Parts: sequence; structure tokens; C-alpha cells
Amino acid sequence: MSYLTDNREDMQHLLMGNEAIARGALEAGVNVASGYPGTPSSEIIESLAKVAKERNLYVEWSANEKVAMEVAAAASFAKLRSLCAMKQVGVNVASDFLLHLGLCGTRGGMVLVTCDDPGALSSTNEGPSRHYAQMFEIPLLEPGDFQEAKDMTKWAFELSEAIKSVVMVRSVTRVSHASGNVRLGALAETERHAEFRYDGSPLSADEGPAESVPVGQKHRLQQEKLQMATQLFEESPFNTYQGPEKPELLIITASAGNLYTREAISLLGAEDRVGLLKLGTTWPLPSRLLKRYLAATDKIMFVEEVLPFLEENVKILAAEKAREVGVKTFYGKNEGTMPKTGELNPDIIVSALCKILKIDYLTIDPDYEQKLQMPPIAGVPERARTFCPGCPHRASFWSIHNALQMDNRRGFVCGDIGCYAMGRFPCGFNTTKTLHAMGSGAGLASGFGKLAQFGMNQPVLAVCGDSTFFHAAIPALVNAVHHNSNITLVVLDNSGTAMTGFQPHPGLTINAMGDEAQEIDITKVCEAIGAKVETRDPFDLEETQTTLNRLIEDGQGVKVLILRQECALSPEKKHTKQYDMQIDENLCLGEDCGCNRLCTRIFQCPGLVWDKEKNKARIDEVLCVGCGVCSLICPAGAIERKEVA
Amino acid sequence: MGGIPLSKDPYNLIITGVGGQGNVMASRVLSNMLVRKGYYVTIGETFGASQRGGPVMSHIRVSAQSAWSPQIPRGRADIVVSLEPIEAIRILKSYGNPNVKVLTNTRPIHPVGVISGELDYPSVEAIKVSIRKLSSIVWFIDATEEAMKLGNPILGNIIMIGAVFGTGELPVGRETFKEVISESLSEDRLDINLKAFDMGASLIA
Repeated sequence: MSYLTDNREDMQHLLMGNEAIARGALEAGVNVASGYPGTPSSEIIESLAKVAKERNLYVEWSANEKVAMEVAAAASFAKLRSLCAMKQVGVNVASDFLLHLGLCGTRGGMVLVTCDDPGALSSTNEGPSRHYAQMFEIPLLEPGDFQEAKDMTKWAFELSEAIKSVVMVRSVTRVSHASGNVRLGALAETERHAEFRYDGSPLSADEGPAESVPVGQKHRLQQEKLQMATQLFEESPFNTYQGPEKPELLIITASAGNLYTREAISLLGAEDRVGLLKLGTTWPLPSRLLKRYLAATDKIMFVEEVLPFLEENVKILAAEKAREVGVKTFYGKNEGTMPKTGELNPDIIVSALCKILKIDYLTIDPDYEQKLQMPPIAGVPERARTFCPGCPHRASFWSIHNALQMDNRRGFVCGDIGCYAMGRFPCGFNTTKTLHAMGSGAGLASGFGKLAQFGMNQPVLAVCGDSTFFHAAIPALVNAVHHNSNITLVVLDNSGTAMTGFQPHPGLTINAMGDEAQEIDITKVCEAIGAKVETRDPFDLEETQTTLNRLIEDGQGVKVLILRQECALSPEKKHTKQYDMQIDENLCLGEDCGCNRLCTRIFQCPGLVWDKEKNKARIDEVLCVGCGVCSLICPAGAIERKEVA
Repeated sequence: MGGIPLSKDPYNLIITGVGGQGNVMASRVLSNMLVRKGYYVTIGETFGASQRGGPVMSHIRVSAQSAWSPQIPRGRADIVVSLEPIEAIRILKSYGNPNVKVLTNTRPIHPVGVISGELDYPSVEAIKVSIRKLSSIVWFIDATEEAMKLGNPILGNIIMIGAVFGTGELPVGRETFKEVISESLSEDRLDINLKAFDMGASLIA
């Protein structure tokens, strides 16, 4: 039975953190859920979408995170419960609205789930989101395991309704994308009626217009809400302590740091020496609770990922209470015990504890360590990330790269967010030269394209995916057209939000809940904005490159080239082969060919390998998906493709 | 909670391979089997960006007593299950120890650096010698070849699960496997997956 609908008492399921968050929302009786896909957050909305019909929810993948938060807030203003979920960078996008939402307050319980990515395992940054809670004065909760991911999400709705404020639940990759046993609670069975009341006074929490003004009064009201949250946090079961009454060292941690720290203490057998204070309510801090534990010892260590959020806030508290709790020695990021970048793991905490507590711990047996230094173990080949076999992006970048080489004016491509961010790697022929936020490729190109008056004559290109186009590239395109910037925007349209798992976007005829939806035509949007638009199939290398060269040479205004070919992993395309591929070994001249092994040394599709012994290319029949593109690049015509009947 | 006591608690298993080989599914199926047997299981996965042809690994912690962190400490793996032979070596470099056991598929997937000629892929013999040096017991199986005989190379991951059962390292059996996959697979695919499981188990005997 699915964990989303299982209502049997006391059942346990193995749940991913994101699934646990979704379940918590269902137990709270969420009505509306919205988000924009982004690893490691996507499964939250995906899970809720699966049961939307059955549980009478409204679930959507919004055009971007700001819109997602507005959609969720509308539900809250109408007295429904709502959740919106996004990865850490999404909060940046939504932050302008979030600032105002904090001031305005909410009605039905509203929870913002943000999933940070310490170590940037699947991001182009490891930016923090917790500081937003402090900066915008809203409560912050951080689950320290999978059970808490569920329980805390559920409670976050209650907290939100108790204080009439949006509540932020912050997860991280190692909670969201890890799994563990979760004991389920009962699914909520309440019906809510949606109505937005606006006739009351501007200061009425439930009856007035939903606004952030009058600022003075609203801001004071907001700060009172935070004080109410602090009171509730003092007694919260999400703040736990494990260890001796007077520990030699007190560790204060939250989130995944909790799991790593417990493991480290256990590995060192230091349970009698170290106390572990795990905080689940990390803003505003429960000051009375902290004061009690700070007073119990002189040495305090902080375990948290990336920036010292807890560390700095606890230190302020310790300074304020110094007369009562005494002078402390702190171990954390500011004095260098813990790293300020990257994700943590049990070993980092073990080595910090070994130093502070003077414990000897052997990680790896020295004889074993020595064996690891021997070839070929030491030199086992690295496995660089690459585009999948049959990926349209490889073909697109091949043509863009060749067009720029042919043009020969040091043209360049501004990159963007999606699988095609790998255009900067050899798999994309090192074609993209900038990489920032969603939509920034088009925005930067808009700027670069205006630099001719300062002597720049390099052709300027940008790429963006279909989902990214709707998310953030449209304003940049408007800007470029309005200011007559000389650029070519290549839309890599693979018919879905491919990198995060094919979530629908406004360009498709289906929505998150599987219903038919009105698709927005990228071509028409670009034409309406005033760009010259052409569309090609990137698998037709010759036509694509010719078109690109023509567009690049056209020195006037904004050109858009839509390269449309479905992702090789899309549910529709996966397991289907257009071509059977074969190498004609009589035609492949191997290293002696003047092509310098173009197929494998440069094109580098994982489905096409080099057989060293035979000195020939070889199709890996397990990996090749039969896109047929490699047959177009072999100058000897040795790669044959035969249409699958 | 509380399955029968394990040979070691927590028991640390790493499933590794290359993006696209079905590692995540394998780790989920195996872990669900263990949860059904009453254990606490934590899975820590690296996927997302790394699913595009990069190395993928799942850390699985099994305990009769409590939940453990989603990252196994260095040098603390008990068994490494690898869908690609050099990925087994890569894991041993960080998580290996003299007592670790290894179960690995033999079919190489060449990294792009090897395809382009910048890097060398070690010979099958050299790989076998290396893994033997770094482990207490090792099982080499031709999971992909056997899966292709069954009609689909992706079944390699299920063959590996069957092989884990064959090793007797973890208290999981065919019935539990059937229960778990019946929940996620349609009836018509059940049979071929059971065949793959049995094939894996027989390759260890």
C-alpha cells in the first residue's frame, strides 16, 4: 500500500525525506501545493500530485518559485492549508514576495519547504536559505531525521495557524534524498471551504485585506508573532538532548548534522563525555532552553553545514547571558574547527572530536592504506559527468561549437541551468563560458550584445532549456529585443523539465495532476516579443549548423533558434530505438584515419567506445540508444545506421 | 522493530555503479526487503546531477536497534555490491577495510576519459587481482550478460539483488523480494524479475 494513502494505525514505511514531508502535509490536511522542480526538492510536489485526485488537493508545478509561493499564499488567504516547495535557489527567486508575506501574515496554515544542497551535489552553488528566516522574521524548523521530516511538516501547519505566519521548513540533500523508517500518523479528514475575506480592518488577521501595509504596525505585529513562536519552541519535542548532565563538551547541532554527530560520538565511544543538543526549532532560538544547556559546560561545539547560522546566533545569546552562563570556549567555523564550505559527514566530526577530546582513532588500517597506493587501484580512471547516450544536447552543442569555429570571431555561449549546464565540460565541447542563475544566460547575452560600441565584435549566443525559458528567460528576451541587442538565443527544447525528472511545464499539454492543460507555444511567445525565430531538429547536424551560421552572421537584433528533440530519457522515448547502429570495420581506419578519432576522442558519446585491440570504434550495444547522430560525423562513413522497422 | 541480530550492527552495505544502471531502484528494493524483516534501514543516495553517466552510490545502513546516518564513515563498509567493476575499486578506496566483502558485475562501462583516450581502463585481470587484494571474499558475476540473455540489460540490478541473497550475507529471501516488487511492478513484469532474482542467486552457488 502506498505511503501516501496508507491509513492503517502505526504502519511503518521506508520513506525518502521528501516523501516524509509530503506525508506530513497530508496528515496536516494540506489543500494546495505548488513548487518549481529542483534537486533535491522535486519529490515533495511529485508525491502530492500523485494523490491530488484521491485526496482532493490542488497541486501545480508553477512557472517559477515566486509564482509558486504566490499561488500557495492565495490558498492561505482563502483559509486553506498550503505548502510550497523549492530548492534553496528558489527561495532567492521567491524572496521578494516572501519579505512581504512575512509582514502581511497568513491565515490558513502555510508552509514553505526549502531543500538546501550543502556540497552542491546537484547545484551550481551551496547557498544558504536559513538566513532568510532570520532576515524576513519568520519561524524556521529543521528536521534532524526522516521521522521528524514528517512530524515537523505536520506541526509546521499548526504553528503557522497559531501565529498567523508562514513557517519555513528547511531540509538538506541528505535528509530529502536519503531514506529511513517512518511511522505514519492518521491522514487528515477535514474539509475546508475557501473564502477570501477583505472587508475588515487592515490589521485584522482574518478579515482584512492581505497587505504588508501599514508597515509600522504590521512589522510590530510580525515581531510579536516571533515571540509567540519562541514560547512554543521552548517546550518543543523537536529539541532534544542526549548525554551526561554535565558534559565535558556540548555539541549543538541541527538537520543532517544530528545524524552525523550521533554516529561520530558512537564511533569514538564518547557517550559519557559529550552531550548532544539537537535543535529542531532554529529561528527564533529558544533562549531559556539554550541558557540551561550552555550553563552545564564550558566547552561548546557547533555542527552545522556551510555558513555558521546556529553558531553566530547562539554566540549572541551566550554573550547576552554571559553573567548567568559563564565564559565559554567555542569550537565551530569561526575559529576553524569545522569547515565553512561543503557538506559534513561523520568523519569530519570524528576528527574534530579527536582533537578537542584528545582521542586516538584509526580510520584505515595502515597495511590496507598501503595497498590503496598501488596501481591500478590508485589510478582507477575518473568518471566525468557526461550527457547520456542519445542526448539531444550533445548534438546541439556539437553544431553550436562547429558554427562558432567556422565563424572564427571568438564567439561564445552564455550557459544556463539544466543538464545543458554541462556544455562547459568536454561532453559539450567546452562551449558555454558563463553559468549563473536560471535565465541568466539570456540576460548576460542581452548585455554582451550591446558592447559593439566599445569594440566588441565577438558573436554572442545564449542557451536555455524549455522549462528555464518559462521560468526566467522571457524577461531577459524582452529586454534584449527592446534594446536591440545583437544575440542568438538557442532554446534547447527537450519537451520537459528533464534534469529533475520530467515534470511538466507551461509548454506542455499536461499539468502536474495529469490533467490536460493549455500549452504556451515558445515560438509564438518569441515572435510576439519581436525576435526572429527558427526551429530545427538538432539531430540534423548539417541543417542546424548552417542555420546557426546564418543567424550568427546576421548582425541585427535578437534571433531565436529552437532546437527541438525529446530527451533520450523521456518516458515516451526511453526503450525505443530509431536506428540500429553498427561499425563497418572495413571502413573504420582507426588511428590512421585523418579524423584523429573524431567519433570517440571528440564526440565522446558513452554508447560509442574505442576498441584498443582492434584499433576500431565499437558500438556498446547495452548503452547505445540508436539516435543515429554519430553516423553523421564519421568522415569515412564507417558508422552505419539502419532504421528500426 | 528489531529483526534477528545481524553479523554486525549496523551492517553497512554500499551499492554502486554508473548512472542509468538501476542502482537507486536496487537499493530501494533491497532496503524495503530489510524493513519488512523488521530492521531500521537508512539509505543515503547520491543522484541528481550524478545520474548523467557519473558514478552513483547508495549507502545502506541496516540495524536491529536504531537508525544510522546516511553516510557510512570511511573504511567502514561491510559489503560492496557493484554494478560496474572499477566502481567497486573506487568505493574500496574510501570505504574498504581488510574484512570487506565484494560482489561485483564484470562488465565495464568506459568513462568518457577512457573513450577519448586520455585515461586507461585496467584489464579485467588487473581489476580482479586488485579487488581480491582489497577484500576478504569476492564474487565476480556476469550480471549484464545474463540479463541480456533474459532480454534486457537493465535486469542486471535485480540479478545483483538475487546474488546478495545467494551470498547469505543478509537475512532476505525470495518471498520478501516477491512481496516488495509486487507493490511497484505490474503483473506482467513480475515473472521476468523473479527469473532475474533466481539467476542472481544461482550465480553465487
